[in-house]
Amino acid sequence: MKKSLQDIFFPFVGLALVLAFWQLIAGRSLERVRADGTSEEIRAGWIKDLPTPIDTWVKTRKYVLEPFAKREELDQGILRFTWYSLVIVGKGYFIALLIGTPLGFLLGLSKTFARMFDPLIQVLRPVSPLAWMPLGVVLFTGAGKAANDLGALFTIAICSMWPTVLNTAVGVRAVPQDYLNVAKVLKLSRTQTLFRILVPATLPYMFTGYRLSLGIAWLVIVAVEMLTGRVGIGNFLWNEYNNGLYTSIILCIITIGLVGFLLDRGMSLLERRIQGAR
Amino acid sequence: MSDYVELSNLTKGFPGSTGPVIIVRDFNLHIQRGEFVTLIGHSGCGKSTVLSMLAGLCPVTSGAIVLAGRELTGPGPDRGVVFQSPSLLPWLTAFKNVMLGVDQVFFTAPRSERARIAEYYLSVVGLADAMHKRPSELSQGMRQRVGIARAFALSPKMLLLDEPFGMLDSLTRFELQQVLVNLWSRNAVTALMVTHDVDEALFLSDRIVMMTNGPEAGVGDILDVTFSRPRERRAVIEHSDYQRLRDHLIDFLETRAHLRPNQTPAPHRPPPSAPASRPVNRPVVRPREPLTADVLAVTPG
Ligand SMILES: Nc1ncnc2c1ncn2[C@@H]1O[C@H](COP(=O)(O)OP(=O)(O)OP(=O)(O)O)[C@@H](O)[C@H]1O
Ligand SMILES: [Mg+2]
Repeated sequence: MKKSLQDIFFPFVGLALVLAFWQLIAGRSLERVRADGTSEEIRAGWIKDLPTPIDTWVKTRKYVLEPFAKREELDQGILRFTWYSLVIVGKGYFIALLIGTPLGFLLGLSKTFARMFDPLIQVLRPVSPLAWMPLGVVLFTGAGKAANDLGALFTIAICSMWPTVLNTAVGVRAVPQDYLNVAKVLKLSRTQTLFRILVPATLPYMFTGYRLSLGIAWLVIVAVEMLTGRVGIGNFLWNEYNNGLYTSIILCIITIGLVGFLLDRGMSLLERRIQGAR
Repeated sequence: MSDYVELSNLTKGFPGSTGPVIIVRDFNLHIQRGEFVTLIGHSGCGKSTVLSMLAGLCPVTSGAIVLAGRELTGPGPDRGVVFQSPSLLPWLTAFKNVMLGVDQVFFTAPRSERARIAEYYLSVVGLADAMHKRPSELSQGMRQRVGIARAFALSPKMLLLDEPFGMLDSLTRFELQQVLVNLWSRNAVTALMVTHDVDEALFLSDRIVMMTNGPEAGVGDILDVTFSRPRERRAVIEHSDYQRLRDHLIDFLETRAHLRPNQTPAPHRPPPSAPASRPVNRPVVRPREPLTADVLAVTPG
């Protein structure tokens, strides 16, 4: 009981400290009266253009208090923007799992396949989404208007696929020989061995990969939307920056962080359920 | 009765740093149908190697294995294997673990019939109430019971057991030995079991094969055990032949195991130091443990 109280209390202390520091370094608006009697607004403080926490709340609360509103194309509630982003992330992520899981199994099962493609994977893995995105659009120029969307899906899928591929491969290689001996003694067919032994035995590793992949897919979305101009939270962030509305940037960052955190939590719950089953 | 299992000149080599290392050389053994044979020998001599060659999990370097008139070429469910660790699939319940094999062997039978087979063997090993639990919810002893049920449920031509009780405490081991004896007395499957335990070998076997030390291990000596069946532990231990047979086994392990089969001990040998100096765990020669009625009772462990 005492422990759980502390678990709630200390994060708030941390949050308060960060907010205080933010307030300290943020800039303030001051009114200066010119010699001719007119006044002008100037910014003062350590980081002049950084809005204060309170400023941020006041200026962005319309996005938060009406999270699903749609006033204009570029003026929508924060969760509505988030939803657009989540939909495209979900699609790209689904593709990543669909390709990444079998790829991981091939890598784990076949030494030849691993020798052929492992170096390639190690080279492609660190490439940034910003680098993939233009290639994605180029690849799908044939699709006309859909090129941007397909390019976005391509980028999300190819960036987020690798943890799934690598974790699945590690999991397949780690299947205990005992289990494989059971399969051999019972003369299970290849398909039976795959679906009745290898897949269930690899499941915990696969889910670790899935969780990490989802994190990356969400990380990539902002970059993708900035480049393609698809409507979504990343695109909103970029537009507001271009319009000089810095408070919205902060709101977007907080939202992206919270959503990423919730996604990760959800996946680790699933992961633990799977691992608890053994 | 003719020979049901024939191991002829069975030899196994593994590639070593300086050419192949022959672990087992010219291992010859004939087993009759329905016979229970135990393989005993020092650690690392190659007992598991012989057993896995029979199971088809480890390719034969030279020599042949014939089971029921057919030469074996690979693994198959006609041999039920009980591994040292139960090696159950952790994501399946005990029942489903057994069903995996039953489905494979009796694929022509209706599902209800297959379920009945699995349930039958699980109840015989004392798991009637726990058959729908996962291995993680079962004790070590219960898991090994599932392993035994899984092997018997295949109605195999032969049972292969590699130190099936090696990881259990002695009380559980006694219980499971009794489970094995009971199961086996209903259904006398030809069996080959590896053990480190002299008393276990005497309690369970019709014949005990003593292996010489590796490398190039082979059959050193064979002991017939003729206690009447069905066996009961106390009756076996109190039998007038028991101590003599036990001494024979221990004598082999302590003084003769390091000799090749065709060698005979020199008349005046110094006390044997070779086996004792090997950095291996030696066969368990435990002092006889006092037996009580509840030790002998078969209850789920
Ligand atoms: N895959 C392998 N490659 C090389 N050497 C091996 C291999 N498997 C077993 N050996 C060697 O073969 C010898 C016999 O091993 P084996 O497991 O059959 O012994 P064992 O009699 O079953 O011993 P224990 O009683 O300890 O189980 C050992 O010296 C071991 O090092
Ligand atoms: Mg062994």
